[in-house]
Amino acid sequence: MFELPSGAEIQGIIASVTASVGFFIPEIYLSVLFMLLIVIDLVAKGRKNNLLSITTLLGLAGTLFFIYQQNALPAGELFFGMYVLDKFALFFKYFFVLSGMLAVIVTMSDEQFEREVKSMGEYYALIVSMVIGMIMMASSADLLMIFLSMELVSFTAYILTGYFKRNHRSSEAALKYLVYGAVSSGLMVYGFSLIYGLTAQTNLLKISMSLAAHGYDPLVMILATLFVLAGIGYKIGAVPFHFWSPDVYEGAPTPITALLSVASKAAGVALLMRFYYIAVPHNVKSYEDILGIDWHTLLMLLSVASMIYGNVVALWQKNVKRLLAYSSIAHAGYLLLSIIVLDELGTQATLFYLLSYLLMNFGAFYVVILIANKTGSENLEDYRGLGKTMPIAGAALTVFLVSLVGLPPTVGFIGKLMIFSALLSKGSLYMWLALIGIMTSVISLYYYMLIPLNMYLRESGNGSDAKSMNPGMIAQVLMSVLMFLTIYFGLFFAPLSDFARYSSSLFGITLH
Amino acid sequence: MLSLIVFLPIIAGLVILAVPSSQKQIIRIVSLLAALAQGVLAVLMWRGYNPALPGITAGANGSALGSFQFVEKLPWISLNLGSFGSLNIEYFIGVDGLSVTMVILTALISAIGVLSSWTIQKQVKGYFILYNLLASAMMGCFVALDFFLFYVFWEIMLLPMYFLIGIWGGPNREYAAIKFFLYTLFGSVFMLLVMIGLYFSVLDPVTHNHTFSLVAMASQENYIKDAILGPDNVMWRYIAFIVLFIGFAIKVPMFPFHTWLPDAHVEAPTPISVILAGVLLKLGTYGMLRINFPLFPEVFHASMYVIGIFGAINIIYGAFCALAQKDLKKMVAYSSISHMGYVLLGLAAGNSEGMTGALYQMFNHGTITAMLFLLVGVIYDRAHTRQIEKFGGLASYMPVYAGIVTVAWFASLGLPGLSGFISEAFVFVGAFSSVTTRYIAMVSVLGIVFGAAYLLWSLQRMFLGKRRADAAYDLEIGEDGHEHIHFHDWKGKIDLDGRELAMLVPLVIITIFLGIYPMPVIGMLTSSINKLVQVLTPVVLTSMN
Repeated sequence: MFELPSGAEIQGIIASVTASVGFFIPEIYLSVLFMLLIVIDLVAKGRKNNLLSITTLLGLAGTLFFIYQQNALPAGELFFGMYVLDKFALFFKYFFVLSGMLAVIVTMSDEQFEREVKSMGEYYALIVSMVIGMIMMASSADLLMIFLSMELVSFTAYILTGYFKRNHRSSEAALKYLVYGAVSSGLMVYGFSLIYGLTAQTNLLKISMSLAAHGYDPLVMILATLFVLAGIGYKIGAVPFHFWSPDVYEGAPTPITALLSVASKAAGVALLMRFYYIAVPHNVKSYEDILGIDWHTLLMLLSVASMIYGNVVALWQKNVKRLLAYSSIAHAGYLLLSIIVLDELGTQATLFYLLSYLLMNFGAFYVVILIANKTGSENLEDYRGLGKTMPIAGAALTVFLVSLVGLPPTVGFIGKLMIFSALLSKGSLYMWLALIGIMTSVISLYYYMLIPLNMYLRESGNGSDAKSMNPGMIAQVLMSVLMFLTIYFGLFFAPLSDFARYSSSLFGITLH
Repeated sequence: MLSLIVFLPIIAGLVILAVPSSQKQIIRIVSLLAALAQGVLAVLMWRGYNPALPGITAGANGSALGSFQFVEKLPWISLNLGSFGSLNIEYFIGVDGLSVTMVILTALISAIGVLSSWTIQKQVKGYFILYNLLASAMMGCFVALDFFLFYVFWEIMLLPMYFLIGIWGGPNREYAAIKFFLYTLFGSVFMLLVMIGLYFSVLDPVTHNHTFSLVAMASQENYIKDAILGPDNVMWRYIAFIVLFIGFAIKVPMFPFHTWLPDAHVEAPTPISVILAGVLLKLGTYGMLRINFPLFPEVFHASMYVIGIFGAINIIYGAFCALAQKDLKKMVAYSSISHMGYVLLGLAAGNSEGMTGALYQMFNHGTITAMLFLLVGVIYDRAHTRQIEKFGGLASYMPVYAGIVTVAWFASLGLPGLSGFISEAFVFVGAFSSVTTRYIAMVSVLGIVFGAAYLLWSLQRMFLGKRRADAAYDLEIGEDGHEHIHFHDWKGKIDLDGRELAMLVPLVIITIFLGIYPMPVIGMLTSSINKLVQVLTPVVLTSMN
């Protein structure tokens, strides 16, 4: 039976918690924002939605200040090793808050919300709670904390996916998401339990020490590895854990699709990196003898399968959101490439790629929303002739797609350049991975170009509506800004790249 | 000044962006002015060019300044990469003998292309923005001395070209545009890997950092011995060479990577065909000369034979295909493939005669093929068909047109006294005097015979004889009692009008002048070619010792 802690121990615990709270301010602030939004919704019911969205936007912007203040703090563990604060976690805090803000902005210009739902009350609060969950995912250093934060993200994501209650595609997507999500978190928890059984530890750092010191049963370790990978793979949408993503991406409200494809994927990547870098011992070769499988090989397989499957299946898509869903599976593969390298350059490349992906993918989904506002459709065929009727939107979408292919002078090109540089800096060891990455990006050109092809090369079926469709002043400015940034950071990428480099230090491991 | 030459078209494009799309004439004039200004700057550069400086590698003091001219070097991006030192990408441009003639060619063809674009009526604003972007990117490729910069310019070319073919092209334009895009991207993505590999293998001799500088990469002593593309890694150097070569060969285009070209040419509007044949194809062989060969000289030596064979296949196969074509533009497209084969053959010879011939042929092919495509465009505008069999006896009704066609056709088949002859003669002199390519050259000579065959045959069918029963035009007896030609819905002048003459006459003059007195071009090449041959040969000398 458990022994009751003595008074002194309790005091120690309290002291430690209060000390940790000082390092937890952005999360606390966001929780307050979450509750504030619910209260505002209750008080100001029936008023215009703008109050909520602008409060969310300002609130999230305020978080950036608190995160910025954390820059000065030393890297370390909080709450008895449950949670860490390091440059890596800070990077993701910025990242998630920014993507939350983008999601709010994108939502404000999505007219589908006005048609489908009466109240936006919980919506913005849920976005904030998802941001909290993702921030915690990127900062947790303990199996329990990982599981809790992942579930927080998942549950909010389920609700947000099904936010169009009367739209059966949205509900179907939510249910699918829930079923797949439940299975993978179940698998992941089972994997955690195996790891706990092997090491009697839940802290990642201690797990790694224990595995290195005491050795382990390779078979059990492989099983645990597979199960944990299933859970994380589901979050980043890598093959073979991707089955939910096309349906969910298509059915969910588009801002949520953007949020899932960028932020939720990034949270998975953060988690994967922390787990893979810290918990898994890298110098022990013994388990490679059995089955020849280890984390390293598994990640390579996942990456190759994602790149090939995502890019090839996207070729046949007729719906733009679905097409972008498959492309996001492929991008999960590219992200895995630079994680595999397991060094500082690789980490930097991954973080840079995430930043570029944030810019170009949010941009692409934003234009998709603006086009859907005017045409009411996300089908490739209905994009015909849009280059003439919506010139800025057409140009912007083309730039984002070119960036997703990875052509200069866009930020996506630099992202790919960094990833391949990280692979090739190891000599010819990972050359084959780079080759597959390069070949599949040529394939991706074909389906990405289907969209400009329809917009510019084909005339719209009904010649009558040649009138220009103006998506509104704010939308045009925002599109232009995103387009400009995509090109600007493609030519002068030093600030982003330096930021990625600065952030590539994880607590508990020294990368080379 | 070089920067201005490169970016003038983009500046014009930005100006056009501000012009309302209804002002078509202003848009055209802005583009033309930019192109003319670019031409004037190119001529100034040519006047100020010192042919004695060789280029290719760094000068004696280790910097590019003593060897390249009009050099502009600015730090562009500097990153800290921890254990890999710092990543330095430079805005580094300059010219030497390899690029100076290409810069002039590009300025010339761009200006002629603008004139030829006057007939474009659909979405004029978008057209000229893309056109100017393309013109800048091409120019940038020829002057870039940093691999990263070169790659950026190289890839920027693709997108405007895709849209220019895809929006303003013929009926099958979607297919042709995406085929062009996929082919060239396929070639260039491997170039990206080689570029990264080279970056990790080369150290700047001055700063001892890794570098993208092509000037540093051209000196083998700057390579790290055991790096991935260092001298010890023979296998990867071979693979890198082959991959780069394929990337450039797709642009040339070399058999068997040529299939995109006839499609692209047939669908592209005339000015884009002119740009494609006149400048874009040269980038393939220029890339070989600037990057592929000097960076991997020993692999080049081992593969001269193969390059020569591919050159010969291009010459003969292109000529045969041209013989079989019914569509005049397709015939010209295949003749263009055939004539790029001479460039490959000259390169494969590896000696200064062959290399000079190849570079000179690049310039001449640019002017002559541009002329051919313009002439095809002239008749297509009038008759709305390019089928050779739909014409006959044109010489009596369109004498000026027929005259220029004759000059162009004869220049293309290599008649002495016209520029094509001299470059082909140089190529063959080089190829015959090299042991590796001697027998290949013997076979390739046949290409000249077939070339004469399809050119003369088409000339005879279209311009000589009488109007055919199913011709694309009617004959009317005019008021003066003479027969006149009448195209169905063509309102303009029957024979060449002023704008068409303005495009064609300069090219005719250049073709004749350079056929009689080639020194203005060849004189600028010589020292660079000698230096290049020297860079490419030491490997043979050391292996004999």
